[in-house]
Amino acid sequence: MSALGKVSRFAGASIGGGPSFIATAVGGSMTMSEDRNRLSDALAMFAMAAVAAAGLTIVFETVEPAMMFHGALFALGAVLFIVFMMSYKGTRDAGSDFTDGPIRLAVVASIFWGIAGFLVGDILAWQLAMPALNFDLPWISFGRLRPLHTSAVIFAFGGNVLLATSFYVVQRTCHARLAGRWAPWFVVWGYNLFICIAGTGYLLGITQGKEYAEPEWYADLWLTIVWVTYLLVFLGTLWKRKEPHIYVANWFYLAFIVTVAMLHLVNNAAVPVSFVGSKSYIVYSGVQDAMTQWWYGHNAVGFFLTAGFLGIMYYFIPKRIERPVYSYRLSIVHFWTLIFLYIWAGPHHLHYTALPDWAQTLGMTFSIMLWMPSWGGMINGLMSLAGAWDKLRTDPVVRLLVVSVAFYGMSTFEGPMMSIKAVNSLSHYTDWGIGHVHSGSLGWVAMVSFGAIYCLVPWLWNRRGLYSLKLVEWHFWTATIGILLYITAMWVSGITQGLMWRAYDKLGFLQYSFIETVEAMKPYYVIRAIGGLLFITGALIMAYNVWRTIRGDEIRDLADQPRVAAAPALRLQPAE
Amino acid sequence: MSNERHVDQVTGVETTGHVWDDDIRELNKPLPRWWLLSFYACILWAVGYWIAYPAWPVIAGGYTKGVLGYSQRATVAREVATASQAQSGLREQIAKTPIGDILKSPDLARFADAAGRQSFAENCAPCHGRGAQGSPGYPNLRDDDWLWGGKPEDIMQTLRFGIRSEHKQTRTSQMPRYGLEKLLDDAQINDVAEHVLSLSGTNTDKGAATRGAVIYKEQCVTCHGDEGKGKQEQGAPNLTDKIWLYGSSKDAVMQSIRTGRGGVMPAWEGRLDPVTIKSLAVYVHSLGGGQ
Repeated sequence: MSALGKVSRFAGASIGGGPSFIATAVGGSMTMSEDRNRLSDALAMFAMAAVAAAGLTIVFETVEPAMMFHGALFALGAVLFIVFMMSYKGTRDAGSDFTDGPIRLAVVASIFWGIAGFLVGDILAWQLAMPALNFDLPWISFGRLRPLHTSAVIFAFGGNVLLATSFYVVQRTCHARLAGRWAPWFVVWGYNLFICIAGTGYLLGITQGKEYAEPEWYADLWLTIVWVTYLLVFLGTLWKRKEPHIYVANWFYLAFIVTVAMLHLVNNAAVPVSFVGSKSYIVYSGVQDAMTQWWYGHNAVGFFLTAGFLGIMYYFIPKRIERPVYSYRLSIVHFWTLIFLYIWAGPHHLHYTALPDWAQTLGMTFSIMLWMPSWGGMINGLMSLAGAWDKLRTDPVVRLLVVSVAFYGMSTFEGPMMSIKAVNSLSHYTDWGIGHVHSGSLGWVAMVSFGAIYCLVPWLWNRRGLYSLKLVEWHFWTATIGILLYITAMWVSGITQGLMWRAYDKLGFLQYSFIETVEAMKPYYVIRAIGGLLFITGALIMAYNVWRTIRGDEIRDLADQPRVAAAPALRLQPAE
Repeated sequence: MSNERHVDQVTGVETTGHVWDDDIRELNKPLPRWWLLSFYACILWAVGYWIAYPAWPVIAGGYTKGVLGYSQRATVAREVATASQAQSGLREQIAKTPIGDILKSPDLARFADAAGRQSFAENCAPCHGRGAQGSPGYPNLRDDDWLWGGKPEDIMQTLRFGIRSEHKQTRTSQMPRYGLEKLLDDAQINDVAEHVLSLSGTNTDKGAATRGAVIYKEQCVTCHGDEGKGKQEQGAPNLTDKIWLYGSSKDAVMQSIRTGRGGVMPAWEGRLDPVTIKSLAVYVHSLGGGQ
C-alpha cells in the first residue's frame, strides 16, 4: 500500500478517533489547558449523567410504553456519549487549525437521514396513488409517516447539512477553531438524538399535532438545550475570529440559529399533563394558535430552509467557482430586508379563514415585498458566475449549486405569487402547494446541500477529489429529471384540483364531488411518485460516491476534477 | 490575510478588500437598478393595498378599514345570498310540491335532478357507487328491482328514515339466522338454497330442490311469498329475478340462510335538508329503475 493510501485509510478509519493528541488552546500553557480540559470533561460527564438519570426516571415512573421507550432512548444516548468521551483520545484535527470531527459526523448523518426521509416521502407518494399500500398497518399509515417524512427531510437531512456547513464555514471564514471542547460534539450528537426521539414518536403515535412542530414537550425541551448550545458555539467562534469582518454566510447562519430558537420556543409553549407522560396542551387556542403556528411554519421555511441555506450558497459557490461574490452591497441590503420582511409573511397560510382581514392583508403584502429581497440571494449566486460560466459544463458540482439557485429563484417568485389572495383562492389546499414546497425543498434546499456535501467530503476527509465526478453527473441528471416530473405533475394536478373544486353547474350546484377530484389526480400522483423514485436514486448514487471517497478508494476521474475539489492541503496553487 | 482592494481581472470591478479563507472576495458593485426599482414597486404596491384594504391594527383598538370598505365576511355573506337567491324560487317550489308532481314539471325535475346528482355524489356514492351501480350488500339503484319500493314516495321514505336505522320511523325486517339459531341444519340449508336457485332456474341438484321446496313452504313463504316474488312492505327480496344483493353463487345464498342478512341504510332526515332529500329521491328515481 502506498504512503498516500495509508494516510487515506487512516483518515477514513473513524469519524472522531485518531492519534492521542490533546486539544491544546493556542497560547495557553500545557498544564492550564489540561486543567481546563479536565474541568470541561467533568462538567460534560456530570451533565450526561443527569440526562441518563432523567431518562431512567421516566422509564420507571411512566405508565406509557412509548414514553418508557423514549426515556430509555435518552438514557442510552447519554451513556453512549459518556462512553464516547471516555474513549476519546483527542482529535486528529488537533494538528490543524480547526475542529472537524463533529462536522464529519453531521455529514454522514445528513446523507443517512436524507435517504431515509426521501424514501418515506416516496412511500407516501405511492400510498397517495394506491392507498392500499398502507397495508392497514397503523405505523405506516399516511398520518404517521407524513410528519416522519417532513421532519426527516427538513430537520434531519437539512438540519445536519446546516450543522455541518455552518461549523465548517464559520471556522474557515473566521479563521478560528470552534468554541468549546465537547459542545460542538454535543450539538451534533444531541440534535440527532432529538431526531430519533421525534421520529420514533411519530411512528408510535406521539404528536402534538402542529405541522413541522409535531414533537412533544420533552423532545422540544431537549432541542432547546441543544440549540442554545449551538448558538453559543457559533457565537463563541465568531467572538474568537481572527478576521476583522464577519463574512456574509455567517450573518445568514446566525440569523437562522437565533430566529429558529425564537420560533421554536414561542410556538411550542405547552403545559405537559405529567412530567413522565408524553401528552401536553399548547397554551394558545383557536385562531391565535393557528396564527402562531403559521408564524412558526412560514419562518421555518424562511429562516431554516432559506436563510440557513443561503449561508451555504454564499460560501460554497464562490469557493467552488473561485470567483468573488457579485455584490457586497446587495448582500447587505438583501440580508436585512429578507430577515425584516420574512417574519411578517406567515398569515398568507391562513387566507380566507377566521384570521382577521387586516392580518391576511399584512401577510400578503409582506410576502410581495419579500420577492426582491429573496431574489437578491439568487442574483448574488448566479451573477458571481461571471467569468466562470464554463464551469457549469465541466463541473457537475457547480451545476448542482447553480441549478439550486435557479430553483430558489423560481420558488421565491412562485411563493409571493401564491400569497396573493386571488391566486391563493385557487391554489390553497391543492397539490400546487405541495409542488411549490418541493420545488423549494428538492430543487433548492436538497440540490444546494448535495453540492455542499460533494465539496465537503474530500475537504474533510483529506482527499484529492471525489471518488467519481461522473457519478455526480448521474446524480445531477436523475435528481433534476425527478424534480421536474414532481413539480410539473403537481402544478397540473393542483390547478386541476382547484378548478374542479370551484366548478359550479348552471343551476348553482357543485360540478364535481370530492371523490371525482381524487380520481382525476391519480395519473399525476403516479408521475410524482416516479419523480420521487428518480430523486432517491440520485441520492443513493451520492451515498455510494461519498462512501468510496471516504474509504479513500482510487479516484476514477481525477484529471476531470477542478483543483478546488481537493482538500486545501492537497490543492495545487492556482495558475495566476 | 491581505486586506487591500484589488481589481477583479474578469469583470474589471474593484473588490471590497475583504478576503476570507484565502480567496473569497466580494465585488464592490452597486445594487442592480432593475432589482432596486422592482423592490420599490413592490413596496409602493403594498402601501397602496394598505390604503385600499383593511391592513394595520390600531393601538386604540380596531384596525384601519381601508377606503374600499372591503370585508371578507361581508363578501361571503353577499355571495351566499346571491347564490341562494338564484335558487330560491325553485327550492321553495320543490319544498311545497309533492314529489310525484315534481316529475311532471320539466323545470322542477331538472333542478331537482341537478341537486340530487350533486348530493348523491357526496353522500351516497361511497356505498352505492359513483354510478349508483351498487356493490355486494349495497343495492344497485339503476335496475327495476326494489327491496322497499321504487315509487318516488317509497324512495323518499327510505331516504328520510333509512332502513334498520336509528330513526324512530325507520322500516325494518330481519332475515332469520337459520343456521346460527339452529333452525335448520346444513343439509336442510343446502336443500333450501337449491330450491331458491331453482326459482330463477339456476339450480344444479333437482332432488335437493324438491326437498328444499318443502322447507321453503314451512319457513320462507311468509315473507318471500309462494312464488318467491318477495314482499316490498317487508323488504323481502324477489328470489326469481336473478338479481342478488349478496351474490348469486350457491355459497352466497347458503350464507344468507345460515347467518341472515340485515344491511343498514342510514336515515338522512336531520342530516340533509328536506329539499335536498326530495331532490335525491327524484334523482335516484330518474336513474332508470324508478316505478
